[in-house]
Amino acid sequence: MKRIVTKLALLTIVSCVAGPLLASETVPVKNCTWCHGPSGQGYSNAPRLAGQQELYLDAQLMNFRTHVRDNPYSRDFMWNAVVHVDEDMAHGFASYFASLPPEAANDGNRDLVASGRNIFEFGVPEANIAACIVCHGPNGEGVRGIPRLGGLSYFYLKRRLEEWAEGYSPAAEPMPKVARSLSGRDIEALASYLSFLEYGAER
Amino acid sequence: MRTLNLPAALHLASLAAALAVLVIALHAGRAAGGPANQEFQAKLNYCETCHGPSAQGFRGYFAMPRLAGQHPQYIENELRAFIERRRKNPVMFSVAHTLKPTLVSALATHFEKLNPPPYGGAPRAGAAFGKEIFEQGLPEDNVPACFACHGLKAEGRGQIPRLAGQLYWYIIKVLTNWSNERGQGAPDISAIMLPTTHNLTRAQVEALAAYLSSLR
Repeated sequence: MKRIVTKLALLTIVSCVAGPLLASETVPVKNCTWCHGPSGQGYSNAPRLAGQQELYLDAQLMNFRTHVRDNPYSRDFMWNAVVHVDEDMAHGFASYFASLPPEAANDGNRDLVASGRNIFEFGVPEANIAACIVCHGPNGEGVRGIPRLGGLSYFYLKRRLEEWAEGYSPAAEPMPKVARSLSGRDIEALASYLSFLEYGAER
Repeated sequence: MRTLNLPAALHLASLAAALAVLVIALHAGRAAGGPANQEFQAKLNYCETCHGPSAQGFRGYFAMPRLAGQHPQYIENELRAFIERRRKNPVMFSVAHTLKPTLVSALATHFEKLNPPPYGGAPRAGAAFGKEIFEQGLPEDNVPACFACHGLKAEGRGQIPRLAGQLYWYIIKVLTNWSNERGQGAPDISAIMLPTTHNLTRAQVEALAAYLSSLR
């Protein structure tokens, strides 16, 4: 019941409030920041958009529209939220949030950071787990349509990996395949490590 | 003349048939779901996670090379170079040193037979100039004709890699990074490319990449 109330409240906000535009805003970003935070830093249940790769944000907005991205929160919240988002508006949202400087969520388990980093950088060849670094970059910064992972919240990262393993968003190959090869412990370790990765961190 | 002992012959024939069925079943088991095949399939999936479906190559943060159509001897040499750290690549080091030799040859043979189209998405500018460099070299700049070793269609042979259809971004990375990644510690056959990679300008490298990445 509580979930339905929250959902209704969010939907009401998202569909009714077109916040007053700031001079610098060419798209109604207020519709996004109610859930993703005033500076796009996200919350545990709504991912950080600040500093995310522009092409990735753009593609995800379209994936919500076409229902290609079909995990439960996307289905429940984002499918409705993007009903009136056309391609131009998607470009505008994407470039706005990509330009904001992200902060790290720092909400993972510190004891798992070392093992998470090891999986991220080298994979686990014996278990046929590929190294995340080759696509997502040395600091988890992402590139082009490949998302930034560094600094995202532990809960979001963990849930996404679990959802791929459960069969959601099957079109996002190779992630479903990768996620299925990870154990629960691997997922917790990766999500923990990534949650502490600072924007532009030097290694 | 010996007379045919019919019951005995029938018995023999049915034994032979049973044996044949058994042999076929064993073979089928190995081909479809035996442990060796499962191990091969799992490792193949693992390779293709980064190197792309049908080993076509993939452009992530780094460019992962196309392995399709590559020569087994070259693949085996490079895996050994990763293990001995003559070729510097931390990820491939950890991949290579856990691979069993039997699996390496099975995978390499498999990749050689694949022929997906080139990865695509690459700039085409300079491809004609790239073809010229590939076929005639740059005598003034101390660059020999690539085809002399890599073949007229860039098909390669044995330990000389196929370049046709290789990823644009991978070719650029390799040619601009040779002395940092290859022949580390102990010189090996990769040394032959060293002067050439030093003598190519960035624009010439891009032209070669545009040409080679479009070849089927």
